[in-house]
Amino acid sequence: MRFINRHPGVVSRTALVVLPFALLFIAYALGSEARLAVNPSDKLMPSPAKIAETAQRLLTEPDRRSEKILFWHDTWASLLRLLLGVGISATLAVIFGLLIGLLPYVRATLAGFIAVVSMIPPLAVLPILFIVFGLGELSKVVLIIVGILPFLIRDLSARVLELPREMIVKAETLGASSLVIALRVALPQILPRLIQAVRLSLGPAWLFLIAAEAIASEQGLGYRIFLVRRFLAMDVILTYVIWITLLAFLMDLALRQLSRRAFPWSEAGL
Amino acid sequence: MSFVVAENIFQSYGRRPILERVNVTVDEGEFISIVGASGCGKSTFLRLLLAQERPTRGEIRIAGAEPAREPGLDRGVVFQKYSVFPHMTVRQNIVAGESFRTRWGALFGAERKAAMTRADETLTRIGLDHVADQYPSTLSGGMQQRLAIGQALAAKPRVLLLDEPFGALDPGTRLSMHDFLQDLRAETGMTVFMVTHDLEEGFKLGDRVLVFDKPRWDPTDPNAYGATITYDFDARDGGIPFQRITEETNVLRPS
Repeated sequence: MRFINRHPGVVSRTALVVLPFALLFIAYALGSEARLAVNPSDKLMPSPAKIAETAQRLLTEPDRRSEKILFWHDTWASLLRLLLGVGISATLAVIFGLLIGLLPYVRATLAGFIAVVSMIPPLAVLPILFIVFGLGELSKVVLIIVGILPFLIRDLSARVLELPREMIVKAETLGASSLVIALRVALPQILPRLIQAVRLSLGPAWLFLIAAEAIASEQGLGYRIFLVRRFLAMDVILTYVIWITLLAFLMDLALRQLSRRAFPWSEAGL
Repeated sequence: MSFVVAENIFQSYGRRPILERVNVTVDEGEFISIVGASGCGKSTFLRLLLAQERPTRGEIRIAGAEPAREPGLDRGVVFQKYSVFPHMTVRQNIVAGESFRTRWGALFGAERKAAMTRADETLTRIGLDHVADQYPSTLSGGMQQRLAIGQALAAKPRVLLLDEPFGALDPGTRLSMHDFLQDLRAETGMTVFMVTHDLEEGFKLGDRVLVFDKPRWDPTDPNAYGATITYDFDARDGGIPFQRITEETNVLRPS
């Protein structure tokens, strides 16, 4: 039997899914044990037990000076920035995607411009953002927007252009105005694509958030990681990295579920 | 009085002529089949009737109105594919035939209820009442086309344009769609233009069959000349002419 036709069963599939995670964990645990055996005060690879202990301390004990649990405080600050950035980008992308996709005049004006703007490396303009918008929340949210908005607009406008011409003409023969075509024909059909595009841009969004927080911030997950780097506190860094990964994964999962629930019609193509 | 008048239509894309000197008048309630080889301008002519494109020369008038500049409520259309909205249920698709002309594309309150009731009546008539709450992607090809026709009729157009509506259906479904279309036509007395590849279908359904072909042919440059209507058959009475006491022969006279 060909390899392309061999499928794992339920049990072996589960085992295979877990396998790479388990291998990574074992490799880390072995490496850490070997290093700690040579030097018990080694900081580079703390033992899994040490990380768990640190994680528990971070999650439950308040900071002595500010009397806040910094972990949740950082999480909240970062999530707020991320959701603001992604939310504003998604809203703008829907509006501009529809305008560019449906209106030839707007397309002629903006399509080339956005294609060029999307080539600007967002981190290269970060200093400009800090100078213009200051070191506060605004510049971080703007960095995320600058980073992912051009991609979202290009993706959504392309999706609007992909709508079959027949469908638009059909709507016209039913007496629909441009507004009705945008709201009732194009918008509902690009929403599933919007969710896909947002899922894809969550990775870059986190990247820009952490980069902005690392450079100038007073709170946030990225800020904390780069702060404790000075003390070589690998146990804290690893806890935060695992937490960020988990958050990003859960967001992705939630969006996928949302897409499945909210748009049952998009599952099977017409 | 003639209902649809196409006068001296020329259409070319760039330097390439597609249609030339197309003249035709159609009475209200006639069923016109349009046949011809691939690439001889049948679909182009339908797009001109639809006002999706405008002719390079000449004009098309429906009921004496000014030539249309874009598709509108007076022309209904069903394409081979993509004629229904995949994100709406079957019932919503029918309601769209009435609601899309409003400002926000939706009806509210009592109007909405009335439209829903009318939609359910339409669905019963076209035999789709049992799938009213499903999405079009779950329907078979024939059901989707029936839905598309029902949706086009819900908008009450003056002319119904069909672009190979049954081209993608299997022969059995196609036959039942013929019956369906003939029943609907007997009920509404609508003027219909149908482009088809299937000669038999064209003669079976149509009152007249228009044949598009190139009257002139340059063997060294097949694209040098456009197509026009070369035959205009009377397809009533099983395609046998002169069965009625007064009958205008639909033979083309050189113009």
